[in-house]
Amino acid sequence: MGEKVLMKGNEAFAEAAIRGGCRFYFGYPITPQSEIPEYISRELPKRGGTFLQAESELGAINMAYGASAAGGSVFISSSSPGIALMQEGMSFLCSAEAPLVALNVSRGGPGIGGIQPGQADYFQATRGGGNGDYRIPVFAPSGIQEAVDLIYNAAPLAEKWRNPVMIFADGILGQMMEPVTLPEQRPFDEPQGIRARKPWAITGYGDDDSRKNVVKSLRMQPDDLEAHVEKLFEKYARAERELVAAESVGVEDADIVLVAFGTVARIAKEAVEILAERGISAGLIRPVSLWPFPYGEFDKIGPRTKVVISAELSMGQMIEDVRIGVGKRLPVRLIHRTGGMIPTSLELADRAEAIFKEYIRT
Amino acid sequence: MKPVFTYTKGMCRVDTSYCPGCTHGIAHRLVTETLDELGKLGDAIGVAPIGCSVQAHKFMNVDMCESAHGRAPAVASGIRRVHPDKTVFTYQGDGDLASIGTAEIIHAAARGEKFTTFFINNCIYGMTGGQMAPTTLIGQRSTTSQEGRTVAQAGSPIRVCELLSSLDGAVYVERVALDSPAHIRAAKKAVRRALEIQEKRLGFTFVEFLSTCPTNWGLTPADAMKWVGSNMIPYYPLGVFREPEVSKAV
Repeated sequence: MGEKVLMKGNEAFAEAAIRGGCRFYFGYPITPQSEIPEYISRELPKRGGTFLQAESELGAINMAYGASAAGGSVFISSSSPGIALMQEGMSFLCSAEAPLVALNVSRGGPGIGGIQPGQADYFQATRGGGNGDYRIPVFAPSGIQEAVDLIYNAAPLAEKWRNPVMIFADGILGQMMEPVTLPEQRPFDEPQGIRARKPWAITGYGDDDSRKNVVKSLRMQPDDLEAHVEKLFEKYARAERELVAAESVGVEDADIVLVAFGTVARIAKEAVEILAERGISAGLIRPVSLWPFPYGEFDKIGPRTKVVISAELSMGQMIEDVRIGVGKRLPVRLIHRTGGMIPTSLELADRAEAIFKEYIRT
Repeated sequence: MKPVFTYTKGMCRVDTSYCPGCTHGIAHRLVTETLDELGKLGDAIGVAPIGCSVQAHKFMNVDMCESAHGRAPAVASGIRRVHPDKTVFTYQGDGDLASIGTAEIIHAAARGEKFTTFFINNCIYGMTGGQMAPTTLIGQRSTTSQEGRTVAQAGSPIRVCELLSSLDGAVYVERVALDSPAHIRAAKKAVRRALEIQEKRLGFTFVEFLSTCPTNWGLTPADAMKWVGSNMIPYYPLGVFREPEVSKAV
């Protein structure tokens, strides 16, 4: 068992990535996640890993692609506008089936937006911000311990699926402090051992050129490209079944069901208690995997429920998945703040109560 | 009987996709033949660009990956971190390197990245069909400068060797041409020197090849070779722009 320490989110994320086995980090400063490259620049080289500050997020993601194609275990982090720049590389990594652990400590947009927390990158994360047909598993922690656990497990997951895996943490998680238990350090890969574990990696083929490897995404023949994408989507179909994760509380017998991820889910848990004091039974569905989205959780909603409410730090993005999950059985409504504004639990409870009252016939 | 010429193991036994008179084939051969001579084919990791040579990995018999447009130096920087003992190179055209990839090449050079970039400069975008490149000469016609490039409209062509030579991390920078047997022999020496300096991990090494694009220049292969000498070399002078002291003894 690891040690329990009080850590700032961003530093805990960085430590979790190192301990998870990510030996290579490429990054570029951007608020509110700059503590991550700072921490890693100090800690990773001491432990035999490599930190490299890129000229841009474009540089960082392409360094990450190169290191991953060469068989390295790679971690990158950024925040919303930087993650936007990295989408070119995400698309390449997915097509080339190169593993990567990516962290978005997200902030408000669009454009340069602001530096306060946001969840308006939901579409970018779950719908594919880059070009072409691809998917990226995305996990949204609602606390620092959960973030540490998800990041720690992301490296083997990315390697198993040969695909980027993204952790979607809003800026609040990056900036707050909580006690966390840190897991044990996984050993780093040595260059000599890469070819045995990753027979697809470009490492130099040695004495036998029949082992020549090419990591690529270009397929000029349409039937070749179609077959490649179909193969990728067979993988994604398996991932949809195996990687889906959610926490649901009290949804079977609720007047209303709140749906929230990340920090908003924590606020929603308090709102559920406030609503209970007012005699309103509220359930909560907290998607942990944003893609694959836990549509199945919505089947648990019982006959008592009048309305499902998606609570988000955006103008309503996850609500599209909530509507798919709910279908036509119930109305789906939105409670939102955006631009870096965060609702209090009281505000959330008040707005949920007001919506609930619209659906009670007196 | 002793063979006087053998096919290099560095080239795959397939036909290239390049046009008649294009010098990509010569440049590929110089790079891979030199890696072969240095005993580095099995230790080499190459990065192909976007452009006509995006499929260089089909022709060069080394481990390779493709990269997004202009990003090859960033990709190679990542590869180098994972494999400090291997021979790493990028192979990039002028649209790729001198336009969309300027940030990546400049910062790779500034960091003194321990890999070699082979830069094919043919003054035009080849694969996309002959558009103006940052290296297109003044007065040169392209599909996006149909009356000839003007300084007023598009500025002056970028001399990449001269630009990179201002950076301390770029320890070896040479421009060669592929328009004559003598120039090709000199080019091979530059390739060898760049790879030998990489082997010593002294810093970033860079060889620019003045190359042809008869298809998009609208010239015959023979006239295209002459055009390199009459138009390109006067603007892009050949020579060594940077060389580490220690390499002179190599």
